[in-house]
Amino acid sequence: MSSHLFDIAHMLAGGLVLLSLALLYQDRMFGLLNVFALHAVVLSASVAWQGHIQGAPHLYITALIALLLKAVIIPLALRRIVVRLGIHRTIETVVGIGPTMLAGMALVALSMVVMLKATATADPLAREDLAFALSVVLLGLLMMVSRRNAVSQVVGFMSLENGMILAATGAKGMPLVVEISVAFSVLVAFIVIGVFLFRIRERFDTVDVAALDAFRGERR
Amino acid sequence: MTFIGLQLPFDATSAVLIVPAGAAALLALLPGYWLSARLNVLASLATLLAALSLLIERPAPSAYLFVDDLNIVFVVLATFVGFTTSVFSASYIGHELEIGKLTPRYLRFYHAMYQTLMFAMNLALVANNIGLMWVAIEIATLTTVLMVGIYRTHEALEAAWKYFILGSVGIALALFGTILVYMAARPVLGEGQDAMVWTALIARAGGFAPELLNVAFVFLMLGYGTKVGLAPLHAWLPDAHAEGPTPISAVLSGLLLNVALYALLRFKMLLAANPAAIAPGPLMVTMGLLSLIFAGFMLYRRRDIKRMFAYSSIEHMGLITFAFGMGGPLANFAGLLHMSLHSLTKSAIFFAVGHIAQAKGTQRISEIRGLTESHPVLGWGLVLGVVAIAGLPPLGLFMSEFLIVSSTFVRAPLLAILLVLGLLIAFGALMLRMSEVAFGAPTGSTAPVKASYVPLFAHLALVAGAGVYLPGPLVAWFQSVARLLG
Repeated sequence: MSSHLFDIAHMLAGGLVLLSLALLYQDRMFGLLNVFALHAVVLSASVAWQGHIQGAPHLYITALIALLLKAVIIPLALRRIVVRLGIHRTIETVVGIGPTMLAGMALVALSMVVMLKATATADPLAREDLAFALSVVLLGLLMMVSRRNAVSQVVGFMSLENGMILAATGAKGMPLVVEISVAFSVLVAFIVIGVFLFRIRERFDTVDVAALDAFRGERR
Repeated sequence: MTFIGLQLPFDATSAVLIVPAGAAALLALLPGYWLSARLNVLASLATLLAALSLLIERPAPSAYLFVDDLNIVFVVLATFVGFTTSVFSASYIGHELEIGKLTPRYLRFYHAMYQTLMFAMNLALVANNIGLMWVAIEIATLTTVLMVGIYRTHEALEAAWKYFILGSVGIALALFGTILVYMAARPVLGEGQDAMVWTALIARAGGFAPELLNVAFVFLMLGYGTKVGLAPLHAWLPDAHAEGPTPISAVLSGLLLNVALYALLRFKMLLAANPAAIAPGPLMVTMGLLSLIFAGFMLYRRRDIKRMFAYSSIEHMGLITFAFGMGGPLANFAGLLHMSLHSLTKSAIFFAVGHIAQAKGTQRISEIRGLTESHPVLGWGLVLGVVAIAGLPPLGLFMSEFLIVSSTFVRAPLLAILLVLGLLIAFGALMLRMSEVAFGAPTGSTAPVKASYVPLFAHLALVAGAGVYLPGPLVAWFQSVARLLG
């Protein structure tokens, strides 16, 4: 494998981590959705690049699915929801941006330390891909716990899921990659449909998850 | 070839998948309560028969499906409880339709989802591919999410959303663990399909990179542990149990938690087969014990009867995880027995609670009093179920709990003290609430309720029977599985 192939793979995976960090400090709904769309574009480029260097054409299908669904359809659908609900002003965060960013950096460092140590024997491309993927996953988790708004939780979950796809495609020759990405896309579709169908706004008059807590059976 | 295999073009392993999948498609199209409820029961019975035929003769493993000593226990248990729950569901759902809590539109959806859930759970159990197993557990999660939210009330939607988010994070982490296992296996088994086939993985696990397996297990433990309902990842479980239809609570507690535990056990075996990897036991013991003690305390503060029994499920799943974490032939045997009996008892309790909540029109413990007077059969059924789940002799759960405690005393007395403490705390809470609900002056409606008592008492009879006498072949079977688990 020549070194520039390698470098581009790293650049794309690293770009994904950077965009995950960028997602953390978005305080406007539309900004959040735009960064997420970019996240998906970079993911699909990374997957396509893996398909190219591994000589695995089925990865192009995965890349295409990611591009269509995650970079176009879902951000548009979420944008419509945001406009309809009139929540495009600000995002409430549980913790401030500063501490969240610090926690995010700590998570990236943690995943680098853990994965590079654990995969000392694996091939270098896969091991650094995995380290990046774990960072994206952990940042997605962080985003889900640091936001109270249902739409931004969905975005956090989808960025987490992008990290999964990055890990799956980085593992060379992994079977069922296409199937798994399809299964995940179904999951995502469910979330979006869920936001639509459950009509959280209609039922609760707010999409702030903290308000939903009031309905817990224990406090009846 | 079995008697079923002779008549059908596919073997019994595929039958436990094809029957529910076909039934789900059919039920999605069929309107009308009478027909679909009966078809649901019939399909569940056919699945159970197919699973039982696996006991007589096992088809050869393929690259995707296989049956061995371990998963057959889970398959038979899942299809049995699936069948009895479908019988209970027929009368339960009939009542929900009458009072208008469930509309006919959702009924079709409900039955189709019930069979899809059965399909997904059976697929997760017989999958010979760790990727396929993961996909099946994901499908099972999604179907239960949809069923939990089926009543469309504030509480149901909130519970479904919480379950959805936590469950999705859980299965996402499990997928990451699965990918890491593949990475560990690839240098040994080569690229592609082979490195995800369970039978190949376990045979060659000794050569895998131990560091990768260690990290993988942490992710799998967190991921599938969320689905098992282990503290501190249990937050979805009580809400999902309390707000969904009661047949779903019964299936969740009785089966889906077991399926997630099964996935965890598989990976535990994989780590045990690699001498250089960490021992997975201590992690499971810690989380199990934590869940047990935590849930024991939480039981005291419950005001909703279904929520209370959901916490009791967390407690018992903690105990079972603890037993498997301790390992060794005796603890594994006890864990397996406890798991089977807990499934039977807990689903029986939910059968009783479902009808009780319908009779009284509420799930609040404070509004349910004197059940043994107002509804003697249901009341005493619940008393028997709670006595069983609390672990009183001579019922079956006493024996399995006794075995777990005594085997722990021999090897780690300190842990055993904590274990007994947790069990006693839970015992106290269950007895307290049961005496409130079952005895005293009855409140609320005393009108008789149309209930199906057969599933309830069939389960309780099995649990009581197991406490008095365990058939020799069953003991030998469970012992061989316990040895397999290491």
